[in-house]
Amino acid sequence: MPSDIGKNSSSGCISDSDIAANFDDLHKPLNALQAVGAADHCIYCYDAPCIQACPTSIDIPTFIHQIRTDNVIGAARTILSENIMGGTCARACPTEVLCEQACVYNHGDEDPVEIGLLQRYAVDHLMAEGGAHPFKRGEDSGKHIAIVGAGPAGLSCAHRAAMLGHAATVFEAKKKPGGLNEYGLAAYKMVDDFAQKEVDFLLNIGGIEIKYGQTLGENLSLQDLLEKFDAVFLSVGLGSTNKLGLDQENTEGVIDAIDFIEILRQTDDKAQMPIGSDVIVIGGGNTAIDAAVQAKKLGARNVTLVYRRGEAAMSATAYEVELARKNGVMVELWAKPAAICGSDQVTSMTFERTKMLNGKLTGTGETYSVKADTVMKAIGQQLDIAPLKGFEIAGGKIAITADFATNVSGVFAGGDCIDTGEDLTVQAVEDGKRAAHAINDYLTNEGTHNG
Amino acid sequence: MADLGCVIGGVESINPFWLASAPPTDKYYNVVRSFDAGWGGVVWKTLGIDPPVVNVSSRYGVHQDTGGGVIGINNIELISDRPLETNLREIEQCRKEWPDRVIIGSMMAEIDEQAWKELAIKIANSGVHGIELNLGCPHGMCERGMGSAIGQVPEMVEQTTRWVREAVDIPVFTKLTPNITNILWPAEAAKQGGAHAVSLINTVNSIVSVDLDEMAPNPVVDGKGTHGGYCGSAVKPIALNMVAEISRAVETQGLDISAIGGIQNWRDAAEFIALGANALQVCTAAMLYGFRIVDDMIDGLSAFMDQKGYRTIEDFRGKAVSNTVNWNELNMNFDTKAFIDPDKCIECGRCHIACEDTSHQAIEFNVADSGKRSFTVVDKDCVGCNLCAHVCPVPDCIEMKPVTTKEPYLTWPDHPLNPHKADPISSQ
Repeated sequence: MPSDIGKNSSSGCISDSDIAANFDDLHKPLNALQAVGAADHCIYCYDAPCIQACPTSIDIPTFIHQIRTDNVIGAARTILSENIMGGTCARACPTEVLCEQACVYNHGDEDPVEIGLLQRYAVDHLMAEGGAHPFKRGEDSGKHIAIVGAGPAGLSCAHRAAMLGHAATVFEAKKKPGGLNEYGLAAYKMVDDFAQKEVDFLLNIGGIEIKYGQTLGENLSLQDLLEKFDAVFLSVGLGSTNKLGLDQENTEGVIDAIDFIEILRQTDDKAQMPIGSDVIVIGGGNTAIDAAVQAKKLGARNVTLVYRRGEAAMSATAYEVELARKNGVMVELWAKPAAICGSDQVTSMTFERTKMLNGKLTGTGETYSVKADTVMKAIGQQLDIAPLKGFEIAGGKIAITADFATNVSGVFAGGDCIDTGEDLTVQAVEDGKRAAHAINDYLTNEGTHNG
Repeated sequence: MADLGCVIGGVESINPFWLASAPPTDKYYNVVRSFDAGWGGVVWKTLGIDPPVVNVSSRYGVHQDTGGGVIGINNIELISDRPLETNLREIEQCRKEWPDRVIIGSMMAEIDEQAWKELAIKIANSGVHGIELNLGCPHGMCERGMGSAIGQVPEMVEQTTRWVREAVDIPVFTKLTPNITNILWPAEAAKQGGAHAVSLINTVNSIVSVDLDEMAPNPVVDGKGTHGGYCGSAVKPIALNMVAEISRAVETQGLDISAIGGIQNWRDAAEFIALGANALQVCTAAMLYGFRIVDDMIDGLSAFMDQKGYRTIEDFRGKAVSNTVNWNELNMNFDTKAFIDPDKCIECGRCHIACEDTSHQAIEFNVADSGKRSFTVVDKDCVGCNLCAHVCPVPDCIEMKPVTTKEPYLTWPDHPLNPHKADPISSQ
């Protein structure tokens, strides 16, 4: 990780307490009165569209009804039975394009039910109660699964495997579990150590062991895992970041947005986080938004988000783009990076205007310059295929069957390293859950064959 | 602007809105505040023979909807727990300061002629416009032979009413309990006893809820609870029916009616008047929101009357009585079908599941390739029951449309499928 973030720190123009306030919860949690009011708004639809819109198929009308009847623990159980990371998803899901977009109130002129906030209310309530873990570990099958990566997919798989009676050992490269829940979310979406609390909660089912500092291809070999375990689940996420392909990309001050986001998440006192004065963020996804908004919240004077196409093509949701603008981020569309300027420290970037010509994105030849002491790249990530020799790769991701099986017998995969749609926590949790059932089928059938 | 003045039992009032005998009318302080707020009259909290009763703590339980709105209140409070003389002096004071407002004295005693007569005379001497006999209190007092213990025995209703009529020469209101099989029995007894008016309903005997931690009915008094009197909007349908019964019955015609039971707003008031009420009494709504709620009762009722062209309350009083009939008089040839407006439908599916699971399987549910959900009424299966329209969350989305028919008005007694049709005695 580069140590050069914010060489020309501009944090001086904003007080420490303002910075702390800026990193408060983006959406304040509901209190009991608000929760009942929000729950009462739910119509309790039949065969509700919100359930179908949730990648993990949480029975949303039922859990909201449970909140309404003051059965909040029951509501949490309903959520967690489909999505063991319902607490993180309640905070981090782009509900505006998932459940809340499907809410039937959108057909009228009413605001949708605040499903995300209600989900957070229920799950936080259960976790605060701190009672017995709500799910039982299944009867011991004698089978042991190796899981590579302690992110949402891996941990979801481990938890469901435990419910199905299997033991799981999770191998994690970093020092902490949680994956992107711990390292990749904007700090104002996960304001405290919730990701760690959630992992602790999840592990309470028993039968799951996590080993840290275990990197596939370095001190961890797939062959070893295949020999020692009954099945392997790969949930390695995406390792490497895309490059701009420009000269001087290694100039000081040019960094990956995900690194900035990760360091910021791991910094308890946000006022201690250095930030530049003139920040450029390149990209059109939610990572770009997260980086740009946080740079602004830290006190950067000018934050310019540059995206090469129009707003409709951005993968960030309309809500996120609006959030960036509300926080004072300049959103610059139809421009692509042309050059990085500065000898040993970035001083500006040159962009070329773009337009659509015959259905293709084309540079117009017109260029302009933007002053910068920090450039954050958020133009996507790739699967690091080096440690995955022997695996079939499709579209840059690990190829799987409908049962999450790879081409290597006994090895399954899920999460961001496979292609099941959006790279979202909620999708990763669903992958892990479904993969656990697929692995269970595999282990059960294997047992039958051998027996 | 409409004239809201009314007359009941010979007592004139500037408007039909009185506060019922209850905590809000317990003393001078509350009563003058209510007059200041615009209430036309009060029925003073029930007076008994000294020594005054002693109350317990706490006294109320509530029935709430999921949003926290109060549907009904249950109380276990007894009658006035202040000395009789204190109450009478305060009544005199209020009468002097507010000459255009009505004060009715509510009273109860054991079934003893001398007790009833002596108390009635004392109260009448304070200057009240009338006396109301509390024969309805369903908790506490009935265990001492008062309240509903008398109101549930028509002979005692007649007797106590007659005693008070004989003792005083001001109007007598007999307040009835709903905790009885047929409201006409005590109403008729009150009429026989000489009542000028009946007041109804008193509270409904109830346990409002159970505290599942203490395992005792609410409100819990040191680990135990008791049944109490239920009031508020939840009891309005019961009260409307009982008022209508008295309005319709030949035996009780001529009795003025002071309607009580869940009147929260002007619309509730108008409904009771349409069913024959001469005046109204309110308690729960005031207890929940304060005396100020009378503003909208007055304003809303005036606006309604102006809109409909009713100059006085008498212009529409009892107008719904002739349309309140026995089931046997309904038209069997009338038919309605539900119609779902696709432009208003928000696709929640509540109508479908209600009809599918609990009614007539008359609403089809389809999902188009586009994901659009549609709900369609199957006319041949729809019996016009109305359930779908009631569960629909969108105003005016489901309309019950009458089916045009040339069939004549046909009642069950004349219906060809009625096995007793030929038998003129059974079909009556």
